[in-house]
Amino acid sequence: MEIIRRYEQVLAIINKYGKAKEQLLSILLDIQATSGQNYVAEEWAEIVARELDLPITKVHDVLTFYAMFNIEPKGKYVIEICKSTPCHVTKADAVVAMFEEVLGIKLGETTPDKLFTLMHTNCVGACDIGPVAKIGDQVYGNLTAAKVAEIVTSYREVSSCQK
Amino acid sequence: MSKINKLISANCGVIRPDSVEDYVKAGGYEGLKKAFTMKPEEIIGEVKKAKLLGRGGAAYPAGSKWEQLLEIPEFPKYIVINADEGEPGTFKDKILLSQDPLRVIEGMTIAGYVFNSHDGYIYIRGEYRAIQKVFRSAIDNAVKAGYLGQNILGTGFAFHIHIMTGAGAYVCGENSALLNSIEGKAGRPRIKPPHLAEVGLFLMPTLVNNVESIANIPTIVLEGGEKYLSYGTKDSGGTKLVCLSGNVVNRGVYEIPFGVSLRDIIYDPELGGGIPNGKKLKFFHLGGQSGPIGSQAQLDTLYCYKALRNAGLSVGSGAVVVMDEDVCVIDYLKGVTEFFIHESCGKCTPCREGNKQIYAILCKLSEGQATQDDMAVLRRLIDTMTNASFCGLGQSATVALNTCWKLFKAEFEDHLNQKCPAQVCFTEQGRGE
Repeated sequence: MEIIRRYEQVLAIINKYGKAKEQLLSILLDIQATSGQNYVAEEWAEIVARELDLPITKVHDVLTFYAMFNIEPKGKYVIEICKSTPCHVTKADAVVAMFEEVLGIKLGETTPDKLFTLMHTNCVGACDIGPVAKIGDQVYGNLTAAKVAEIVTSYREVSSCQK
Repeated sequence: MSKINKLISANCGVIRPDSVEDYVKAGGYEGLKKAFTMKPEEIIGEVKKAKLLGRGGAAYPAGSKWEQLLEIPEFPKYIVINADEGEPGTFKDKILLSQDPLRVIEGMTIAGYVFNSHDGYIYIRGEYRAIQKVFRSAIDNAVKAGYLGQNILGTGFAFHIHIMTGAGAYVCGENSALLNSIEGKAGRPRIKPPHLAEVGLFLMPTLVNNVESIANIPTIVLEGGEKYLSYGTKDSGGTKLVCLSGNVVNRGVYEIPFGVSLRDIIYDPELGGGIPNGKKLKFFHLGGQSGPIGSQAQLDTLYCYKALRNAGLSVGSGAVVVMDEDVCVIDYLKGVTEFFIHESCGKCTPCREGNKQIYAILCKLSEGQATQDDMAVLRRLIDTMTNASFCGLGQSATVALNTCWKLFKAEFEDHLNQKCPAQVCFTEQGRGE
């Protein structure tokens, strides 16, 4: 039943954008955002190709070209730490270490409870508050060890409330 | 006298961003109303007089770009706004998009009127998903208030704005790559010519302007090109949004008239406010990752297109990233090069492979393994990439390295001798990759 519900959800996203080929990026971003695991699974990529009447290779081209798309499952929350130079010179490396310590994983890994994935990203356009981390659409700046711990706790709480 | 002049950023943080009522109360839409009383040629004449140079980074004269498109007889024509602000150290378009979107919408509508175009597209980077919602709301409100959509202000003119999203690809800031991305494809740059004015979005004539450029249009129409020019210098009309970041006290976006000195931008209490923690300035990076690097000795250069160019610097996107004495030039360049490795679209060999080879040599330098031979290879890589890369990304990826090479020759030599003046390399704190 779960798979049918998801199938309908994916179709609804495609229809929301009028099945327009030029809306491929928006469609895939929405599918990813609603996946719960921050990725676009192959079966849904195939549905998109079929509905938009595109060759599957075109969909793969887009999925692998743009940095925001994942084709493997990630954590429910993907923590992206900016490594661009304005953040680098305001000590972004230290922020990576802080998250690694709080989460008990290394950069690039996902926590065993599948809640968090820790990644690097390029500039998110918040250089005035570097070093920054982006989780979903939310950007957190001027990060310190205390703030990092607080952010992780807040997401853990939200997630446990949803269960 | 204040060095800030808020021609286009006065509303930011002051009005409700998506409120047409607030925007109109603050003087908004007067530019559009005036534009409707003018001929397209007259409007373009004012843009030319204003000497508005493209604010995205390329500094192409906006008036000439508009003139070229006007002469093309094919229709429909499209208005495309490049809001793919992916340049590290640049966050000025974000301020306009999120805090005064109606100014951008008004500018687009004027452009639509000039070219008798009925569809405008704004391509907003995927990282600004939250801002896309604010922009959407501003569009909806403008339509409701009769400033957008069918029969705008009773003139019979119709103009619609569509928001398109990016998904994390710096190269989409390149205008032809951006158009491919709007069409739902991978954002690889196109072969030019034909120019986008002739064969652009959906293969039709297209205007592509940056957010800040188009935000200036209502002001130029309203106040006239000459008046606008007078705010800046003889060759650089008006104001520029500069983005201060890195090791500087007051990080943020400031609108300054052209002609303020770099020293004032970095040290004036109203602007950068100097370097934190009593540290000394080591270098600054202008205009984005592909921009040049400058040093202490260039601080008295005036911030305008001509003076910066004469000093080997450039305005670019308006980014001013400041580095203090604790930053190692080689380590910094590694960061820049890593960025280009990641963002190269891979279409051409010089860019795809060149950045990787440069990075390998920089790593050898920071590990004390590099030789004079490596330096010769580095030189050759810079020349090859500059001359043989397919698009602007690869051609300019080595600008920072090249300018550092000239400014900090001694620091390269030091690293060849396993010395790091900033004590970043050869230590435990070195950037562990």
